[in-house]
Amino acid sequence: MATEAVIERRSTGHRLAGLLHGRPRLQVGALLAGPVGWLVIGYLGSLALLLVAAFWSVDPLSGATIKKFTLENFESLVNEPVYRTIVWRTIRTALLVTLTDAIIAFPIAFYMAKLASRRGKALLVVGILLPLWSSYLVKVYAWRTLLSTDGAIHWALSPIGLDTPGYGTTAVWLVFSYLWLPYMILPIYAGLERIPNSLISASEDLGASPFTTFRRVILPLSFPAVVAGSIFTFSLTLGDYITPRLVSNDQFIGNVIFNNIANNQPFAAALALVPIVVMIAYLLVARKLGAFEHV
Amino acid sequence: MRLSKRSRILLRLAVWAGLAFIYIPLIVIVLYAFNSSKILAWPPPGWTTHWFSQAFKNEAAREAFLTSIKAGVAATAIALTLGTLASLAVARHRFFGRETISFLVILPIALPGIITGVAISNTFTQVLNVPLSLFTVIVGHATFCIVVVYNNSVARLRRLSGSLEEASADLGANTWQTFRFVTFPGMKSALIAGGLLAFALSFDEIIVTNFTIGAGEQTLPIWIYSNLFRPHELPIVNAVAVLVILISIIPVYLAHRLTGDEGATPGRGGRGKFEGGGVETEAVAAP
Repeated sequence: MATEAVIERRSTGHRLAGLLHGRPRLQVGALLAGPVGWLVIGYLGSLALLLVAAFWSVDPLSGATIKKFTLENFESLVNEPVYRTIVWRTIRTALLVTLTDAIIAFPIAFYMAKLASRRGKALLVVGILLPLWSSYLVKVYAWRTLLSTDGAIHWALSPIGLDTPGYGTTAVWLVFSYLWLPYMILPIYAGLERIPNSLISASEDLGASPFTTFRRVILPLSFPAVVAGSIFTFSLTLGDYITPRLVSNDQFIGNVIFNNIANNQPFAAALALVPIVVMIAYLLVARKLGAFEHV
Repeated sequence: MRLSKRSRILLRLAVWAGLAFIYIPLIVIVLYAFNSSKILAWPPPGWTTHWFSQAFKNEAAREAFLTSIKAGVAATAIALTLGTLASLAVARHRFFGRETISFLVILPIALPGIITGVAISNTFTQVLNVPLSLFTVIVGHATFCIVVVYNNSVARLRRLSGSLEEASADLGANTWQTFRFVTFPGMKSALIAGGLLAFALSFDEIIVTNFTIGAGEQTLPIWIYSNLFRPHELPIVNAVAVLVILISIIPVYLAHRLTGDEGATPGRGGRGKFEGGGVETEAVAAP
């Protein structure tokens, strides 16, 4: 009985394998059916439905969704100045955080790629990777305690006459920059690793000063990697609502989406299109700048 | 590179400052977990392990922990299956739209997490009329976890030469046998690494979770989040936070060890080691 079952199973396996043998198209189809089904029908389908839902509305009395086309959500998005302020604040913060991270990350990545020993390199990669993966929420929470009026920053800065910035816009900028820094360091490091040392030596042998070598050789070659890193810093800031909630009273796009999800899902859907559109524009620019070979 | 002594020192200082910036908040939160006082003033007046035993006794936290494990395991299983299949197709076959697959896989993590969250929530509640639950959380997590498995697996497959598989086929093995005895053993450690990363990613995710979880259910990050505003609970939150850090860091460390030379050793596999490592850049977390 048992052997029979084994034989039976093997023979189906064989038959299936025989069917796939020499039929690469069938093989590809079998391999892709699951993942493409999930991502295209499930995920892209959901994104498409989100686009559709953005044109629905909610009955103000019953709270039920009215599945009829209306531009109501977009009208209030454009006409009410508060949303313009929020969208602009979110994009501005995302850009500022991206710039900050690029400035902090570059020297670290440069040291890792071009100056550290093999061992030092390996240690630094792990050293940057581990915090990248450690819990996002815990990191924000850590900053919430650090920034509080009797927290560690106050304790460290008060002897020299300074104080914690407290909760607010500065705190949001600081925490976002902190959170996404490793996402910037690693692509830049990878990009710098790919620059052959011989190019740098050649530049030096031809009489360029370190600064000229940096400006004319290293920076142009690593710039796409910086753009690759910026995709993450920018995108992650654009969609976040936990950090603003924990270290400020500022409203970001994410907060408004979250606040509307329970009672007015169509409006939340319309708002969610804002980061999508901004991200698509950003990705198109990033692709022009050659970032996709570096992601 | 030839640099002046001063520039070298400055760069080294920048690295140390960067590392301090990255690690000090984590160290502070670990220290707070042992804080003997209930108030989060710095520095803590004394030390205790009391909050850890309190945390283990906390019913809601334990339940949330189990929910997180369930979600993580299920999402990882789905991501492993789908990610491996997609990677085999992309690394071993040529077909129309092959370049699009990588883009498709990375999209759920490249778009802000809130988009994935709203989209999935919208589909289930508004269109399919399926109430939110642990199941919808798993769907959401699996969607953005596929990329981690996929990246690790594609990187490994590119490193493993396809000629071994051709040899296996020439010697009479069928498609399944070649996969089972040649391809799979070579991929195994990359798959384990991808699975560990997917689990770590799912375990501490909060944004997609917040949008897809049913009423009355909690994962551990949601439990932490909802207790952050209750000063009375904060000492226990601190202890739980340390456990969460450990649970997310240990799998990542193991994964890094498993695929170490694909990531950390530069310049060997020729083109783009990072595209290789996967663990390193692409496998970014989606908070």
